[in-house]
This record gives sequence, C-alpha cells and structure tokens, in this order.
Amino acid sequence: MKFAIQVNEGPYQHQATDSAYQFTKAALEAGHEIMRVFFYHDGVNNGTNLTTPPQDDRNIVKRWSELGKQHDLDLVVCVAAAQRRGIVDEGEMQRNGKDAQNIAEGFRISGLGQLVEAGIQSDRLVVFGD
Amino acid sequence: MSEDIKKFMYLNRRAPYGTIYAWESLEVVLIGAAFDQDVSLAFLDDGVYQLVKGQDTAGVDMKNFSPTYQALGDYDVTKLYVEKESLEERGLSLEDLMPLTYEDEDDDWAEKDSIRVVSRAEMADIMEDQDVMFSF
Amino acid sequence: MSTLHTVNKSPFEKSSMDSCLAYAKAGSSVLMYEDGIYGAIKGTGCTQKIAAKDGVNFYVLGPDLKARGVSEDKVADGIEIVDYAKFVSLAAENDKVQAWV
Repeated sequence: MKFAIQVNEGPYQHQATDSAYQFTKAALEAGHEIMRVFFYHDGVNNGTNLTTPPQDDRNIVKRWSELGKQHDLDLVVCVAAAQRRGIVDEGEMQRNGKDAQNIAEGFRISGLGQLVEAGIQSDRLVVFGD
Repeated sequence: MSEDIKKFMYLNRRAPYGTIYAWESLEVVLIGAAFDQDVSLAFLDDGVYQLVKGQDTAGVDMKNFSPTYQALGDYDVTKLYVEKESLEERGLSLEDLMPLTYEDEDDDWAEKDSIRVVSRAEMADIMEDQDVMFSF
Repeated sequence: MSTLHTVNKSPFEKSSMDSCLAYAKAGSSVLMYEDGIYGAIKGTGCTQKIAAKDGVNFYVLGPDLKARGVSEDKVADGIEIVDYAKFVSLAAENDKVQAWV
C-alpha cells in the first residue's frame, strides 16, 4: 500500500514528528511504500541541518535524513511555510538574497501542490500534528 | 464523476490568529483548488470561529486573512460545511458568519450560499463519504 | 467507508477525544496515542464514554503507554494495546485515516 505522511510540528516541542517517524519506519518494515513525507507548519523545522541536540538524546533531523537515504524517501518541506520560518536551500538562498542555506540532507523544498498530489496519489494520508 | 477524482475534505477545528493552522490550512485549499478534486471544508469545534464576520486585525498587527474565504467561490470551492452544534455551543448562529457565496455555473450562474450549516449527525455522514481527510 | 480515527491529546486537557467520539461511527476504529493514551485508562469519565460507543473498535499505542509509566493492567477492558506495526495495519485496513489533531 502507498502511504503519504504529513508532519505538522517541529522537532522536540511535540511528539508528532517522533510518531510520524516510528509510523514511517514500521510501514516500510511491513513492506509498504511511503510515497512522500510532507513537512508543513512548524514541521518544516525538521529539515534544518543547524540543530545540535544533546548527545544523549535522539537526533530527529539526522534520523529522518538517514531513513530517507536508506529508503530513498521523498522528504518535502513546504516552501511557503519554510520561507516564513527560515528553512533555506540553494535555490531559495539565491531567490531571496540570503547569505546561507540550512536544508538538511535528503530534504527538498517544494510547493504545497506536493501535499495535494500526495493526497491524490497515495492510498492513505496519515497526519501527525499537535 | 471520474474515478480519478477523490473527495477531499479539509477539517478545520481551530480558531484563527492564536495559531497559524487556520491560515496555512486555507493556503492548502487555495493551491489544492487547481487539482480538480471534489473539495469540501468542514468547520467544527473552534474552527467555526474562522468564519465569524467583522474580523479586524489592525490592533494586533497580524494579517487579516478572513477576506480569503470570500475568494473560495472563485476557486470553485463551494462546499463549506459548518456544524450547527459547534455554533450553538459557542452562542453563534449563521448571522454571525461572513456571507460566502459562489456562482453556480450549472444553474445559469445563480448566486448561492457556500456555507451549509449541518447537524453533527449530517456532518458525520459527509465525513464518512470522504476519501481523504486533511487535518491541520 | 470505515475510518481510523487517531487521537493524540489527553481527554482531560483537550476536547479532541470528545469530538472524535461524537463522530466515530459503528464499524470505525479509534486509536489513542501520544497524550491520547490517558483516555484509555480505566475508571475515568472517558472510560464510560468509550464503553457507550457500540460497534467502535478502540486501540491504544503500547509504546506511548510505557513511555508514560502506564502499565497495561490500567487499560480499560475492550481496548486493545497495539504497537506501531499494528497502527500501520489499522491505517491500511480502514479506508481512510482521520487525525483529530
């Protein structure tokens, strides 16, 4: 079965992204396809490479990057939400005249259409939020 | 209706301004309108506050996005279901909400109301019938 | 169409569980996870509301119970304790997932 995942909250503040991660991992282990993980609202903060969590805690951003790499996941950060919250990739940096980028490995910034498309193309959309 | 078209429902249960969910949810609806799905919006619990008329954000210096709801009809988003019980629990009635309309192309462009006040039981039936639920 | 409803907020803090219960129809399923697990503990006002929902299947996520120090014997009768794998299969078995976030 083809799942799409929507993550509405950032790392550490809410458990939403942890639950989404565990669900995604379990779905992959069960042989399902995860066609996209879409990060919206403060969820875009899951895609910054500037976090430095303490050593004895999980590294939420890195964990997504690694799972993404392992399973070739499409980790999409919403551009409109990202612009508001300062998540920037190469293209956004140039377009908006910023002097840095911070998108984490394996994530890409794209439009809200990607969420709608995920709703159309997936068999199930599962939303994790506050 | 083509089998390629899914029934999309956007579930709105939060008040505006205190958090960004209502506004960013509306942004998805606007973008989603281009995808030609069978779209409807549900307003229940504090979500009904999103449609209250007379919103004026000048004093809090935030963007007043309530006029955007009036543009939904132009995007062919014409089914805004509002739960009657949620209105009543909050001392509200249809008169407290913004008048939202659309022009029905199948009925000689007659102007019709987009807001449909439905009971909780009716809303449950409508939800049951959906293919995809978006929550924010 | 059957629906998997997910609730992740404590019924003692937020109204998500009440709203979900008002909407969950016979044949649908309700999964309590994150802070939603507090709704699964027996002997509360929520227990009675759950018991009153005929034909609805109730589940609670075990790892979230454990994380919060809620032992399995505290879970009300009729609520099945599940893991993430079962969460996934519930999402797959039902026609859609409705998150009461």
